[in-house]
Amino acid sequence: MMKVSYFPGCTLKTKAKQLDIYARACAEVLGVTLEELPDWQCCGGVFNTSKDEIATKLSAVRALSAAGKAGQPLVSICSACHNVLKQTNAAMQNDSEFASHVNHYITQTGQGQMAPYHGETTVLHYLELLRDVIGFDKVKSCVKYPLTGKKIGAYYGCLLLRPSSVMAMDDPENPQILEEFIRAIGAEPVIYAMRNECCGGYMTLEEKSLAQKKSTAVLDNASSAGADLLVTACPLCKYNLDKNGQNPLPVVYFTELLAEALGIKEA
Amino acid sequence: MEQNKMASLNTQILRMSGVNPRKCMRCGKCSGTCPAYDEMEYHPHQFVHMVETGDIASLLQSESIYKCLSCFACVERCPRGVEPAKLIEAIRSLKTRPVGQNHITPDEIPALLDEDLPQQAIVSALRKYMK
Repeated sequence: MMKVSYFPGCTLKTKAKQLDIYARACAEVLGVTLEELPDWQCCGGVFNTSKDEIATKLSAVRALSAAGKAGQPLVSICSACHNVLKQTNAAMQNDSEFASHVNHYITQTGQGQMAPYHGETTVLHYLELLRDVIGFDKVKSCVKYPLTGKKIGAYYGCLLLRPSSVMAMDDPENPQILEEFIRAIGAEPVIYAMRNECCGGYMTLEEKSLAQKKSTAVLDNASSAGADLLVTACPLCKYNLDKNGQNPLPVVYFTELLAEALGIKEA
Repeated sequence: MEQNKMASLNTQILRMSGVNPRKCMRCGKCSGTCPAYDEMEYHPHQFVHMVETGDIASLLQSESIYKCLSCFACVERCPRGVEPAKLIEAIRSLKTRPVGQNHITPDEIPALLDEDLPQQAIVSALRKYMK
């Protein structure tokens, strides 16, 4: 059984338990154990691109460094966590001034010395684990209940793909990874133009009308392209599409469909 | 004196963001692709131009700095690699870092909650809007 370090993040422990529970159970069936990092801290939800912003990125560095110490890649599922971890890791690799400031903090904590960190850990999204480590062919061969005939739209949103120079998961304007996933579980992917446009994000707090407008546009576009269902990896995307979108198109986490196809969850 | 202060702010913004606004060729693609365009007084291409010409005071006073969704669409799609969102982030950080300048505070959060709102939304807003 292969082991990887796992960063669940705040929302997967609370409002998005379906992402967490099914991801772990499915990984076990596919031969990978997600080992939750001990003492992980919230990633902060968004990566501040200012180079002199140090303290707010330390929790991400601690998680990256802990996975590195365990000699394992760091896997996360929430699009926001993955974005913060990956962008922080890239900054640790490429911005020596930033890395130097960060290392002054993390190597001088009272609770035992930490070795300096320079972005050595491999950061993987769960979808990359499926595609690049397990392989979609293996996923397909483990499917017991294929979702035959279901027309599913992949909703990427922003954070999984951008900025592509750092995230490097897929083509940012013509991504395939979620479509390959949808095929692997036996369903039919529906391509629609707004699959990588923003849902309105955290603006739902301050300006609900913006989130309503953005989410509705995504849902209308997907349903007019013939989707019966959307999948996402992001709890905030799901919230905006479900609560702010004025269109009844259902939205589920991709891990829920994977669990159905593998026979872990009842459809 | 005021002019010196603005020049120094400008230098700081360029350093924090790593952006070179002179690379901009004014095609407007950043604003064309911005999901928050309609909510902004100054739009992404204007941010770039205003930083280039040193008009920082107007940007610091504008609500537009809180409208950016950090979706990285302008960063991804700029044909010249200018990365306007990084400028907006630097200006927002300069605005909110001094004492008493938080755009949102934890006290305001409970009134904005509903039972399904993910924690991710709250931490993201606090990370963007307060020091």
